[in-house]
Amino acid sequence: MTYIAKPKFQHPGLPKNDLGFTHRDYEGKVSTLCAGCGHDSITASIIEACFELSIEPHRVAKISGIGCSSKTPDYFLGNSHGFNSVHGRMPSVLTGANLANRDLIYLGVSGDGDSASIGFGQFAHSIRRGVNMTYIVENNGVYGLTKGQFSATADRGSKSKKGLINSDSPIDLVAIALQLGASFVARSFSGDKTQLVPLIAAAIQHKGAAFIDVISPCVAFNNHAGSTKSFDYVREHNDAVNRLDVISGRDPITVDYAPGTVQLVEQHDGTRIALRKIDADYDPHDRVGAMSFLQKHAAKGQIVTGLLYVDPESDDLHSHLDTVEVPLNTLDAGDLCPGTAALEKINASLR
Amino acid sequence: MKPTDISAPDYFHKVVDCQWACPAHTPVPEYIRLIAAGRYSDAYMINWRSNVFPGILGRTCDRPCEPACRRGRVEDTPVAICRLKRVAADFKDDVKHRMPKPMAKNGKRIAIVGGGPASLTVARDLAPLGYHCTVFDSDPKAGGMMRTQIPKFRLPDSVIDEETDYILNLGIEFKGGHRIDSLKQLLTENFDAVFVGSGAPRGRELEIPGRKEAAANIHIGIEWLASVSFEHVSKIGKRVIVLGGGNTAMDCCRTARRLGGEDVKVIVRSGFEEMKASPWEKEDALHEDIPILNFMVPIAFIHDNGKLTGVTFQKVKAEYDANGRRNLVPAGEADETINCDDVLVAVGQENAFPWIERDCGIEFDKWNMPKVDARTFVSTNPKVFFGGDAAFGPKNIIWAVAHGHDAALSIHKMLSGEDITERPLPEVNVSSQKMGIHEWSYDNDISNDKRYKVPHRDKVIALKDIRAEVELGYDVKLALGEAHRCLNCDVQTVFAAPLCIECDACVDICPMDCINFTENGEEADLRTRLKAPSLHPDQDLYVADGLKTGRVMVKDEDVCLHCGLCAERCPTGAWDMQKYLIDMTHAGTSCPSKARSAA
Repeated sequence: MTYIAKPKFQHPGLPKNDLGFTHRDYEGKVSTLCAGCGHDSITASIIEACFELSIEPHRVAKISGIGCSSKTPDYFLGNSHGFNSVHGRMPSVLTGANLANRDLIYLGVSGDGDSASIGFGQFAHSIRRGVNMTYIVENNGVYGLTKGQFSATADRGSKSKKGLINSDSPIDLVAIALQLGASFVARSFSGDKTQLVPLIAAAIQHKGAAFIDVISPCVAFNNHAGSTKSFDYVREHNDAVNRLDVISGRDPITVDYAPGTVQLVEQHDGTRIALRKIDADYDPHDRVGAMSFLQKHAAKGQIVTGLLYVDPESDDLHSHLDTVEVPLNTLDAGDLCPGTAALEKINASLR
Repeated sequence: MKPTDISAPDYFHKVVDCQWACPAHTPVPEYIRLIAAGRYSDAYMINWRSNVFPGILGRTCDRPCEPACRRGRVEDTPVAICRLKRVAADFKDDVKHRMPKPMAKNGKRIAIVGGGPASLTVARDLAPLGYHCTVFDSDPKAGGMMRTQIPKFRLPDSVIDEETDYILNLGIEFKGGHRIDSLKQLLTENFDAVFVGSGAPRGRELEIPGRKEAAANIHIGIEWLASVSFEHVSKIGKRVIVLGGGNTAMDCCRTARRLGGEDVKVIVRSGFEEMKASPWEKEDALHEDIPILNFMVPIAFIHDNGKLTGVTFQKVKAEYDANGRRNLVPAGEADETINCDDVLVAVGQENAFPWIERDCGIEFDKWNMPKVDARTFVSTNPKVFFGGDAAFGPKNIIWAVAHGHDAALSIHKMLSGEDITERPLPEVNVSSQKMGIHEWSYDNDISNDKRYKVPHRDKVIALKDIRAEVELGYDVKLALGEAHRCLNCDVQTVFAAPLCIECDACVDICPMDCINFTENGEEADLRTRLKAPSLHPDQDLYVADGLKTGRVMVKDEDVCLHCGLCAERCPTGAWDMQKYLIDMTHAGTSCPSKARSAA
């Protein structure tokens, strides 16, 4: 870690967003992770995405579990709400918070240990319920805090820093998220911010369970030859299906795209995503196709990245449960205690 | 863009904006760190070797370093470099024993005309090498314009005495009160070389109606200041008008306030903003209740039978032509006459060489200035060199010092039988400052403090005594605070592409968004693709190639804080913080390079 605080001075020409903030206003404390950690790049990408979307920091709740990745919410959005929960329990805490106050933007930050091992069940259920959130897994394939044992997402056959070969099958969180009904599924790489930042921005705007698996090399324990989550390996095997631009608001699209290369996806809130196709045959609205595409490429050792699936007609848990439209803390005594007559009516309906 | 050649001495030199801007290339951040460490004598000696007059310049320098200071691009105000120099002079211990020891005489004799900053620099550089230097000055004491034209309330005699003595004690023959009236005569006296550092001694005249008739109360600024300095003049009328907008005008008006002037005005042709005087000198004048009236052109001195009663001015305004050139045109308002008892004319200085015969091998140009080589300072007579204001017209002390160093080097090379046009490259030393993990041998924590004000003597007391120094200088605590504002621009960010794994850690941590990893392109194109806009195209881009992805690292040097966070967050040591020290070439070994760096 760094001993000095990041200087307050900033570049005098930094762009400002609609709120008059620069990207520096979305920072948190200085990272205490190892120098060069991929997670810090994801932190920077979250900062950039929130800056670009002109999000008011106090409208965000960032929730995490335990692990290197789960420390990172301290390093971004220093003026947001935060909850560093128990190991693997981020999804439950997030679900509860979301039910209590549906107006906040929920950012769940987790790691491969937190989501693919101890919190695997929690991860699964928050996805299948369609909680309106952006669920980011900072996936490095090792337990960094305990010195680099394989995690559940480490590929079979990959080599540890000590030289051991992993004999267990990996869990592909993207495949599981697809299977469990996530309405926005993406994979990216911490070393490719031009891909990652728009993905995070689109996920934040998405209504429903948005899941992003971000391969994030562990510089201390998983960045050597033989690792399948090192900078070099991911760069060599990265197979991006598309790139996207997030178009906020309803402004006409001014960017010129070559015909046939771009697919416009309108989201629930009216924002649009322009998907620039790289793989012409890839259809991000085909859940089953996406699953088999992933499997085929994984078998060839390729890491498929990009926006893999999005459901433009997505819904969330609140719609499913038909909950009240406003945050619970805005309900007054009259709403919460509607009186004897109302009780009588309910009782009568149950007789 | 081509990858940056960081081994070229100028590349990192330019990054140290203050040092690059200083005509004498004083290693500013190096001495500021020493001040912060309380090593005032060491800080003084670093200055002394570069600029010869730290105590004098710490009070009077034109400070080209400060507008260049990187801090001024990061926040409102630059580091008070000039006044920190004074701190080194004020708090140092006795440094006499650290001065060069004169070597055995080498039998060569140098005549030096004038005893000002350029001349004394030549003498200081050459005397320790064994040259016999004879300095001639018409004034009884050495110092030239530093002694005669700068008021004592800005620069006390004691400071001039101390710093001229350091030089004269190197075994220099000083002939005070000895005016040179003929160069021809001097050239017959068997000197091996002559250096002319006689300054720009003539104040420019203002030939408008009434000048001759009212002459008794119209004074030429620099001559009047010299008379005050020698105590030939001790009073002036109650109402004084100072004509001119340069630093001499500021000295005149403030001096007049101390000699009985109660209603003193400065009146300038140009606008207030375009005045030649340094902003801080204008501030000091305003602080002493001296109004500065602008856009007024003097057209006549008004007198009553030879007794000056006022000056009439035409009101003008500025108009800019298609080329952006300013013209002063009549504003169409009525002329204004301002009453006064005395006028001080400070509208410029001129060179004058009545003592140089036109047939002694020195060619003059159409402006009646000697033809002098801008690099070697030699005239068309290979034995005669010029420097300071005498070479290229009025500038300032620090330029005179820089000229002196270069002229001394030429003289030394010529008398050693070498080609004076070959200028040896400076010695450059670049060394890592890494002490351990996240530990550096410099203070990389950036101070957020605003510029500290230098305490001034109470105005009522200051105006009563013309010898009472107005600025009191920083005390140790203020100096420490100000020293911490320095960004250590000489501690360079050095990038080693083969070590880089392109993890973006440096990009993410950099507080100023200086660092980019991107596809290469032409400079103009690259500047449009930086993470933060390139605001100053004169500031270099540091480009390095050889990365695995084929991209290049591009760092905009413009507002880098030199905080070293890129190096702290780099997992592979691809970034390192390395101190760059440049040793400008001076004559011989008068400034031995090994002793140059005190740190």
